[in-house]
Amino acid sequence: MATPSPSVPLLQMQRISKQFPGVRALDDVSFDLERGEVHVLLGENGAGKSTLMKILSGACGRDAGEILIDGRAVALQSPRDAQALGISTIYQEFNLVPHLSAAANIFLGREPLHGAGVINRRTLLAGAGALLRGLGTRIDPAARVGDLSVAEQQMVEVAKALSIDARILIMDEPTSALTESEIDELFAAIARLTARGVAVIYISHRMEELARVGRRATVMRDGRTVATRALPCPIPELVRLMANRDIAHHFPPPTRTRGVPILQIERLSRPPKLHDVSFTLHRGEILGVAGLLGAGRTELARAIFGADQPDGGCVRLEGRPLRLRAPSDAIRAGIGLVPEDRKRHGFVPGQSVAANLALPQLRRLCRGGVIDRARERSLARRWIDELRIKTAGPSARVLTLSGGNQQKVVLGKWLAAGADVLIVDEPTRGIDVAAKMEIYQLLDRLAGRGAGILMISSELPEVLGMSDRILVMHQGRLQAVLDAREATQERVLHAALGLAS
Amino acid sequence: MRGALASGRRLGTLAGLFGLCVLLWALTPHFLTVANLLNVLEQTAINAVIAAGMTFVIVSGGIDLSVGSLVAVAGVVLAAALHRSMPIAVALAASLGVGVGFGLLNGVAITWGRLPPFIATLGMMSIARGCALLFTEGRPVSGFDPAFRSVATAKLAAIPAPVFVTVGVYLLAHFVLSATRFGRYVYSMGGNEEATRLSGVNVRLHKTLVYGVSGLASAVAAVLLTARLNSAQPIAGIMYELDAIAATVIGGTSLMGGEGGLGGTIIGALIMGVLRNGLNLLGVSSFVQQIVIGLVIVVAVLIDTMLKSRKT
Ligand SMILES: Nc1ncnc2c1ncn2[C@@H]1O[C@H](COP(=O)(O)OP(=O)(O)OP(=O)(O)O)[C@@H](O)[C@H]1O
Ligand SMILES: [Mg+2]
Repeated sequence: MATPSPSVPLLQMQRISKQFPGVRALDDVSFDLERGEVHVLLGENGAGKSTLMKILSGACGRDAGEILIDGRAVALQSPRDAQALGISTIYQEFNLVPHLSAAANIFLGREPLHGAGVINRRTLLAGAGALLRGLGTRIDPAARVGDLSVAEQQMVEVAKALSIDARILIMDEPTSALTESEIDELFAAIARLTARGVAVIYISHRMEELARVGRRATVMRDGRTVATRALPCPIPELVRLMANRDIAHHFPPPTRTRGVPILQIERLSRPPKLHDVSFTLHRGEILGVAGLLGAGRTELARAIFGADQPDGGCVRLEGRPLRLRAPSDAIRAGIGLVPEDRKRHGFVPGQSVAANLALPQLRRLCRGGVIDRARERSLARRWIDELRIKTAGPSARVLTLSGGNQQKVVLGKWLAAGADVLIVDEPTRGIDVAAKMEIYQLLDRLAGRGAGILMISSELPEVLGMSDRILVMHQGRLQAVLDAREATQERVLHAALGLAS
Repeated sequence: MRGALASGRRLGTLAGLFGLCVLLWALTPHFLTVANLLNVLEQTAINAVIAAGMTFVIVSGGIDLSVGSLVAVAGVVLAAALHRSMPIAVALAASLGVGVGFGLLNGVAITWGRLPPFIATLGMMSIARGCALLFTEGRPVSGFDPAFRSVATAKLAAIPAPVFVTVGVYLLAHFVLSATRFGRYVYSMGGNEEATRLSGVNVRLHKTLVYGVSGLASAVAAVLLTARLNSAQPIAGIMYELDAIAATVIGGTSLMGGEGGLGGTIIGALIMGVLRNGLNLLGVSSFVQQIVIGLVIVVAVLIDTMLKSRKT
């Protein structure tokens, strides 16, 4: 291999175009990457970021354009080509085999062998364990990936990508489900890689973290690149470039007022993930739930919703105890859940946007068991508008939407259901800044109409900015309940680490 | 967009059917006579009806291997009832009731019993067959009133009655699958069962009903078969599950669930029927026929998968 001249960028993508049926995802996009830099890719939901990265990782073909590495054009037609060129990818929607262990996933295709094709399990587990611990997590390398939470799966994806000896590392929203401490570990790992000359392409909608990790940011809009800026760069400027309009980058002033208790949780337990949790949610209240990875927040939500059966405790709605054998019982009582894991729990990928939005309220949209298509479509149109879901139309299949737009569909189906108690688990995961603000307003308005909202989030600014009170969980227990006026980042983190307040 | 894709796929299957007909017409002039074509339709009826039920099951993400045995059990119950000179309506109700009942048992084993559909219906395949043999002591039950036989023998404008039954079954089944809440749930369960459950759908109930629908379809097929043969055999319907599954997947319904529909299945059933008929006309031995039919199934699904993977 001839040594490349240092003036040539490591990677150049030139005039890339990609057309999907009905959507021009990429239109003449150019992008380059220097050795050892972290180049941030920004853009609203559906701007084309993931598509550009899928082309680079060989997962998706391109209609036009060239890719050059060290100044030389490469074919890059398949994921194998990309791997051979030293390109490693963390996809937005994870690529893990749910029935295999975390360790087996991390080394999939590169298993350490005893020889003669027999896997060396001990080396496999030890290697994976070291990687996971190096990222500051306590994930058991032997755990089945299907049993892990979204955040834990994200850490397994990160470990997998880091274990590959890559020259170019693509990270498509690697932190969307992570809390601060995991993000710190991830950034430290990225710094170690870039020091060795590895280049990283980093996609995120969490604007606060960009300057901490990146050197340059390129902004995409509607399938084109609109600007490249050196970081740090003022967030409002980046947001304006993304949205092409001025966006208020702050939380909407609340319009709601707290009313009577609506949901009472009494000593809810489901060992080993949930122990003895009690609290009250009021009408017109947004109750934030903070905690570290594995604190039991998702387990709490699922137990209240009847998705998992609690071993002990009681859920009362307006004073009456509920018998929750299945989610259908909870929904009939007026409880909704926006699940954390949208791909597994949130939507039916092969069905249309309209069918997915209608699913929880299909009963209402039927006459004598027959679906009223006109009403279904008008419901879909309304929520596509309200949430600005970028789609070719109500009958487009959800699997053709970008990650953030899929998340909007999942949110929309529950906002449309008009629940009295809405539990939202990472409601804005993967959603762009502008849309986030609109979702905050929708949640506030829903609470203003008398609903109680339980909002689980790993984004501390979101919890602090939106909640009236904050529950902090630690290892399955309720560690603290903070009033929003007295809560600070430090106090929440302190409690989340299990330290007495 | 989805509709366009699905109907594009269906046009492909239709073109396959058309091509097959043209080929057979070229090979044997006897193929394209009215009498023979009506014969094909009549012979396709039974498989088509079973395949309609199978489509519900496969779209919901499952499989039903017991349909052939359910045809036998529903047939012998029908015959026994007629022989005890019960009114035809009562005998039909008994037969359909048995089909639905066995189907629901499949569903219960799969949902509440948490058995994989393959295993539950494999077991039922043997159980129902045993019931039919036990009930008749292994002997066929033959000879019925002409009024009952008219289900198979009557003709309207030269078109045999089973063709009307099949058309009726497909119109109804298509309406249920594409326009009703139940049909929507069938697709949702097949596309992502957990997301459907978390949307408040009673997945157990609706899945159980899906197998009831399949049992019902088998019983309707049993009525047609018994009337045509003027006899109910406890060993009837062996290997019917394969033809029904083949018709469904040739018609473009994915074995992964969540996709497909009855428009494809009816074309799939016709392809199977035309193929059998043509091979008979050409005097191809039944051994070779098996090989040809097996190849057609594999090639049809292969083309489908290749087309699908090219789209992404
Ligand atoms: N397989 C597909 N079929 C049809 N359209 C697609 C497909 N994949 C992506 N698209 C469309 O291409 C556009 C760009 O999508 P992409 O996933 O690249 O967006 P993104 O910038 O990653 O957004 P997000 O921030 O939401 O992840 C979107 O309009 C999307 O609907
Ligand atoms: Mg994306």
